[in-house]
Amino acid sequence: MTATLNNAAAAPTGFAIETEALTRVFSDLMAVDHLDCRVPYGQIFGLLGPNGAGKSTTIKMLTTLLDPTSGSAKVAGFDIVAAPAQVRRSIGYVPQMLSADGGLTGEENLLLSAKLYAIPRSERKPRISDALEFMGLTESGRRLVKTYSGGMIRRLELAQAMLHRPTVLFLDEPTIGLDPVARHTVWDRLRDLRQNYGMTILITTHDMDEADELCDELALLHRGQVAAVGKPAELKARLGPDATLDDVFAHFSGGSIQEGGSYRDIRQTRSTASRLG
Amino acid sequence: MTSARLAAQPAAWADSSVVVEVWRETMAIADVELRKLFRDPTELFTRAVQPVLWLVVFGQVFSRVRGIPTGNVSYLAFMTPGILAQSVLFAAIFYGIAVIWERDLGIVHKLLVSPAKRISLVLGKAVSAGFRGVMQAIIIYLIAIALRIAIRWQPLDIFAVLAGVALGSAIFATFSLIIACIVKSRERFMGIGQVLTMPLFFASNAIYPIAIMPGWLKVVALVNPLTYLVDALRGQMIVGGESVHGYASDFGIMIVIFIVLSAIAARLYPTLLR
Repeated sequence: MTATLNNAAAAPTGFAIETEALTRVFSDLMAVDHLDCRVPYGQIFGLLGPNGAGKSTTIKMLTTLLDPTSGSAKVAGFDIVAAPAQVRRSIGYVPQMLSADGGLTGEENLLLSAKLYAIPRSERKPRISDALEFMGLTESGRRLVKTYSGGMIRRLELAQAMLHRPTVLFLDEPTIGLDPVARHTVWDRLRDLRQNYGMTILITTHDMDEADELCDELALLHRGQVAAVGKPAELKARLGPDATLDDVFAHFSGGSIQEGGSYRDIRQTRSTASRLG
Repeated sequence: MTSARLAAQPAAWADSSVVVEVWRETMAIADVELRKLFRDPTELFTRAVQPVLWLVVFGQVFSRVRGIPTGNVSYLAFMTPGILAQSVLFAAIFYGIAVIWERDLGIVHKLLVSPAKRISLVLGKAVSAGFRGVMQAIIIYLIAIALRIAIRWQPLDIFAVLAGVALGSAIFATFSLIIACIVKSRERFMGIGQVLTMPLFFASNAIYPIAIMPGWLKVVALVNPLTYLVDALRGQMIVGGESVHGYASDFGIMIVIFIVLSAIAARLYPTLLR
């Protein structure tokens, strides 16, 4: 990589995430269609939309798992195409599926993350015990993850994602399939991460309560485009005094949040839900 | 709260060369694989069943045919390295299934979002496959002792056998990973895995010498990596066994194949998610 390119990629932008006409086309489907979106540092930002609206594709591009067809995006100031390695060092990611390895203990999962994120040997232990404590998992650290509840696995994944103190944390449907208590615990921990470490947090969700209670700002995605963006209260106020986010959603997407979704999305959601029992 | 203390010290990236990084990442991946293997080692024992059948049943019977020229060793001794290579192949060729499983669980997503290099993810799997292969070799040595096959016990020979087995396992596991990246589903993978294993086995020198093959099959056998693994093992495992191609070519060819396959797998690994 040339020095100029490097400098251009690292230029500070003032936004944790900034996309410009970000587009991804699958053979016959425009999954993300010239998406323009800006997320200030330190925000909890929600990408809201039904299955198939382009949320997961957007997150895959922002986390460097998928190259855009056209357009560009910067995460933590780094270009996702020109500087994917720097982007990966600056972010944490919790996928939709419960991805902690069930055949390992909580601590072993964390140790793997610590090594892959190049955390120096001397810092691994304190960071791991700190992350376990932060997530309320100190007692369970030495148990196999397959004995954990769904909420505990989610918290372990947050612990994995915070080890290297990412600038931006991405979560794909963070509380899908969790019971209400576990859900609130995850929300509290996410707020703590923002509070204590100034992390910018981007979540995707199609849960209106989550969007309303957790997020500072929302972008409503519809057919790969931003249909509306703003604070939850603002979005509701646009439609009238008694409007709910469901109404907002129906208004901007011309349908209910419950509709749509490809077979694959539904299958994934179901398998996540069934793993959580 | 301890968190506040650590917040003041952001992760200092270990400043090291690419080789050191790849080594650290590779070992991190291999380490978790081996922890899981030792936690549930049943797999190692169930995999011993097939070679026992080949050696005890097939081998004992075919030893009496005396239709296959095996030089100055018995047929049973001749086929023992072949069966070791076969068990290496059969174990490693289905390695990709585990990767597809990890993809469905989201583990692959997390690995690919981490700063770990793709080649490390591939090499980590290869190292752990190599280790499993070594465990298989130990089991086959035990079977060979029970069958009173004359084994070479010189440390260098044993080391060379284990190194060959590790390299062979790494080759077939990486090949399997490439297939997994292409087919992406367990069902299709099972089908392809079944279709591949038997031709690779029969189109090799595992249970008969290449010299007695028809011409077209000789050509296939000579591009089959299994042939070079068997050839190296045959020269080093059993008393009186000879390498036809020479160890330098056997290992040289295997190393080149492994490097090429690893490079392809590292490129394809990210496409597993599409």
